[in-house]
Amino acid sequence: MCLGVPMKIITKDGDTVLAEVDGVQKEASIMLLAEEVNIGDYIIVHAGFAISRLDEEYAQETLRLMKEIFSPEDMQ
Amino acid sequence: MKFQDEFRDRELVRIMADNIRRMAERLAAPVNFMEVCGTHTMSIYQYGIRSLLPENVRLVSGPGCPVCVTPVGYVDQAIACTADADNIVATFGDMLRVPGSRTSLMEERAQGADVRIVYSPLDAVALAKDNPERRVIFLGVGFETTAPAIAASILEAARLGLANYCVLAAHKTMPVPMEILTADPDLALSGYLCPAHVSTVIGGNAYKPLVFKHHIPCVVTGFEPADVMQGIEMLLAQVLAGESRVEIQYSRAVTWEGNPKAQRILGLVFEPCDAAWRGLGILPGSGLSIRPELAAFDAEQVLKLAEPEGWENPACRCGDVLKGKLAPFDCPLFATACTPEAPVGACMVSSEGTCAAAYKYGR
Repeated sequence: MCLGVPMKIITKDGDTVLAEVDGVQKEASIMLLAEEVNIGDYIIVHAGFAISRLDEEYAQETLRLMKEIFSPEDMQ
Repeated sequence: MKFQDEFRDRELVRIMADNIRRMAERLAAPVNFMEVCGTHTMSIYQYGIRSLLPENVRLVSGPGCPVCVTPVGYVDQAIACTADADNIVATFGDMLRVPGSRTSLMEERAQGADVRIVYSPLDAVALAKDNPERRVIFLGVGFETTAPAIAASILEAARLGLANYCVLAAHKTMPVPMEILTADPDLALSGYLCPAHVSTVIGGNAYKPLVFKHHIPCVVTGFEPADVMQGIEMLLAQVLAGESRVEIQYSRAVTWEGNPKAQRILGLVFEPCDAAWRGLGILPGSGLSIRPELAAFDAEQVLKLAEPEGWENPACRCGDVLKGKLAPFDCPLFATACTPEAPVGACMVSSEGTCAAAYKYGR
């Protein structure tokens, strides 16, 4: 139910965007978003509404942290 | 697919599985981490996350599937709405097969009831606009992820001046049941993988009162396998350090404040109410009802529905599954009397239900 899909914005017309994932295009409303989004941005689409914009910098930071190896000394 | 494939990387998952194993060696006692989002449940089964964890790190599924926690009486009410041939019942697909006391919306549809599956609640508003002589009743089920979209549909119907669109609202909100489950000594929970998309709306701060009151580690975690592994790693680090705080693993989509506009639209249309959860009973302030000033869009007010029968098959153990007290495989009905083709309880219906995920992907 809370399924949301990361989709790329292809076109934008007022409060409506056309977004794409794996070649599938769908319209989505951006009226629930507080921040501005533009063509090329990635959004999470749920039930026809964008609920969040995905942040590239944070995604890279998360991936970097994932690669860190745990050492017991970190826990001291 | 960007923002997806890189978080499904096997090597990343392997690094974190090693980390988790090394961290778990230092645990004084086994830990139980609960996920309270159906998409996590699905992801954990789909990617075999449990098989990557040592025995002393256990994952427990909680009440994370909105369809599953919706009481049978609600399904009865939805079915009652179809009795009038002037009504169109519009719903997300996963409500269709949920058993009511006697029948399901799918069975009613086969008998001629007008039940339509929509992708977005705005599609239901369009349906009302195109059918001015009929009434469209949308089944408003879902957590904070979904409720703003339903709220937006009501505002849109009001803007269009539609008098034939209403919502049968049974929305639930997340932090409240987590408090009840944290206090349950049988579950002995050590931490929460907090829901990803619910948190895009409510924000990481929403879990702070829970942590403050119960000192339980909380990590807002994404849905991809590497996200779930990192969420577990972060929870373990908190447990080992004797700490309890809210952390956001899924920082590419979730902020501390959440989505202020979605919250505002939610607040314009809904107000908190007591709500009945299957398995958990009535929890104060855990639901959302339509504000009195928007009663014209509230199916309960408009239709004056009778008290539903709400009969649950006594052999169905969905309630215990939703509380994390019974694994699907330990239910006597699982994969025998209850299958996705002929479900007895809602947990076997929704693709996010714990039983449906367990049936599809196995242990």
